[in-house]
Amino acid sequence: MEQFKQVDGIVVPLDRANVDTDAIIPKQFLKSIQRSGFGPNAFDEWRYLDQGEPGMACSDRPLNRDFVLNQPRYQGGEILLARENFGCGSSREHAPWALKDYGFRVIIAPSFADIFFNNCFKNGILPIVLEDKMVDRLFSEVVAKEGYRLQIDLEQQQIAGSDGGTLPFSVDPFRKQCLLEGLDDIGLTLRHLDEIRGFEQQHRKNCPWLFAEVTV
Amino acid sequence: MRAQTLYDKLWQSHLVRTEEDGTALIYIDRHLVHEVTSPQAFEGLRLAQRTPWRVDSILATPDHNIPTANRAAGITDPIAKLQVETLDENCRQYGITEFTMEDARQGIVHVIGPEQGAILPGMTVVCGDSHTSTHGAVGALAHGIGTSEVEHVLATQCLVQKKMKSMLIAVDGEVTVGVSAKDIALAIIGKIGTAGGTGYAIEFGGEAIMNLSVEGRMTLCNMAIEGGARAGIIAVDEKTIDYFRGRPYAPAGALWQEAERYWRTLHSDDGAEFDAVIHIDAATIRPQVTWGTSPEMVVGVDGVVPDPAAESDTTRAEGIRLALKYMGLEAGTRITDITLDKIFIGSCTNSRIEDLRAAANLVAGRKVASTIKLALVVPGSGLVKRQAEEEGLDRIFTAAGFEWRDPGCSMCLAMNADRLSPGERCASTSNRNFEGRQGPGGRTHLVSPAMAAMAAINGRFTDITVES
Repeated sequence: MEQFKQVDGIVVPLDRANVDTDAIIPKQFLKSIQRSGFGPNAFDEWRYLDQGEPGMACSDRPLNRDFVLNQPRYQGGEILLARENFGCGSSREHAPWALKDYGFRVIIAPSFADIFFNNCFKNGILPIVLEDKMVDRLFSEVVAKEGYRLQIDLEQQQIAGSDGGTLPFSVDPFRKQCLLEGLDDIGLTLRHLDEIRGFEQQHRKNCPWLFAEVTV
Repeated sequence: MRAQTLYDKLWQSHLVRTEEDGTALIYIDRHLVHEVTSPQAFEGLRLAQRTPWRVDSILATPDHNIPTANRAAGITDPIAKLQVETLDENCRQYGITEFTMEDARQGIVHVIGPEQGAILPGMTVVCGDSHTSTHGAVGALAHGIGTSEVEHVLATQCLVQKKMKSMLIAVDGEVTVGVSAKDIALAIIGKIGTAGGTGYAIEFGGEAIMNLSVEGRMTLCNMAIEGGARAGIIAVDEKTIDYFRGRPYAPAGALWQEAERYWRTLHSDDGAEFDAVIHIDAATIRPQVTWGTSPEMVVGVDGVVPDPAAESDTTRAEGIRLALKYMGLEAGTRITDITLDKIFIGSCTNSRIEDLRAAANLVAGRKVASTIKLALVVPGSGLVKRQAEEEGLDRIFTAAGFEWRDPGCSMCLAMNADRLSPGERCASTSNRNFEGRQGPGGRTHLVSPAMAAMAAINGRFTDITVES
């Protein structure tokens, strides 16, 4: 997995609660068997005026100029500022794949849906939970100032603004370490191979019906 | 010993190890796999030169993007076809049991799992699909996971997870006749909100829940994720145990006896403490209809579309305004004045035999309204379809003007050809009413199978507890 240490990037404000994974990446793009290439279709139904289908060249499609991702001042954004319950709905990992492929490395919101939150960490995206009033403040700052940037430092667990002010954030220590070192979850788990085998043996004794041969 | 919740018991019995910060490895008994969220996981496995840890724990089937009509012609969409073939090939390569599109047992992954007895009480279950919460209905601990986790479980048989908080939602007393598990689920989400269960494993209890059939409990737990909870669970009782007798993957003989003894322990102990407890009076639950673009935007069928001006929270008011605009609805409109274009009866929420019976019961001898462009019934599995046909339900539906299809996810997420056109309004027994969920620009109202059936007949929503 790609390491995550610091990001200094333009902030894109998506001022909407309960943004679901169907909105982040619509279902027609889930037919792909690849992990990459979803960026041009992130927020497809909000971003374009026509109906997107896999294989379409997005550079030729009519843009919804009102949508925040299409506004010139937010081009190249790496930090997505969002509202409560971001990423609710389906477990599709295509959602963080699409956001990452678009260029987002950090998402700041007052709350996230569980599965999406978890999927972010597996893909080198840092989701940051801040209090409602802090998120409100960031929304008003980003809207007020073109080119608004934030510096995110995972090691220090700190968000810094261009005015020199800083804000701490919390992150699960295990997930922090995985991101900082770009660790592969599977490799980490397989360090405990013997423990898993030992557990499995005991589990087979306790619940033999779970291991019975099935002939259907 | 401290009184334990059902969640405590399921967690503890699968705990391989815990780190100091609480990060744990839990052992997974059953892994359900479908075509959409698995190809990248198998590819990752191959790239790292790993193989599945325990092939016999995996059961696969294609469901999300297969056609529900004219199957003999195969899959015409080349991208969908490649995805289904990729699943077939991955299963062949590793020797994984797959019910392919041609298999009579194929169906929606969350319908076929319990139907086969491949899900059992006390199991830990994962699937790369958020509606895996369905399986908590039989006292299993079931998590929806992402594709990286699918790969992780394939490679290690374990899931990295922190223990969630516990919530008890008790639905006390009895529901009115005509109020189903779906209505209970939507009423709960309306009360707690779509983020109300975030970070929790929710145990559903109380008289109204234990009165539900096992299939009804599946409908309820299926929608736990729409309330934000990754897992919903219900205690094992006599109905649960009876449900599994004779199922192909269920144990038999002495192993059954041993399993049954264990299953009877799968309930929260008296005095077990939950981090949150919510009580709901069953008698207050009306048949539910969603009016917006989130499952929490729901009201009783006797209610009206809400007015954003009456909402004091500005973010919420804006959410209501956006939803009404998308849905093409005016504040104050009576739910029973909303007319429909299409009807969808199906999905992992409501495509089991009892759902089809409940719908057919109201359809029998009647005709779908002339204003309805399409009314679809999509059984949850090949075996549900066969059973329904044996009972003559298919003929009731087709005589009324419904189409009777082959099993799959179909118009719940519209990955295949079954979808809404922009602006079309659908009464749907599925689980999500997000923008574009049933097709770009499509407008979804979530309801129970009986409510969808009556909406088909009348062309608009009807209070089935009054007029059926």
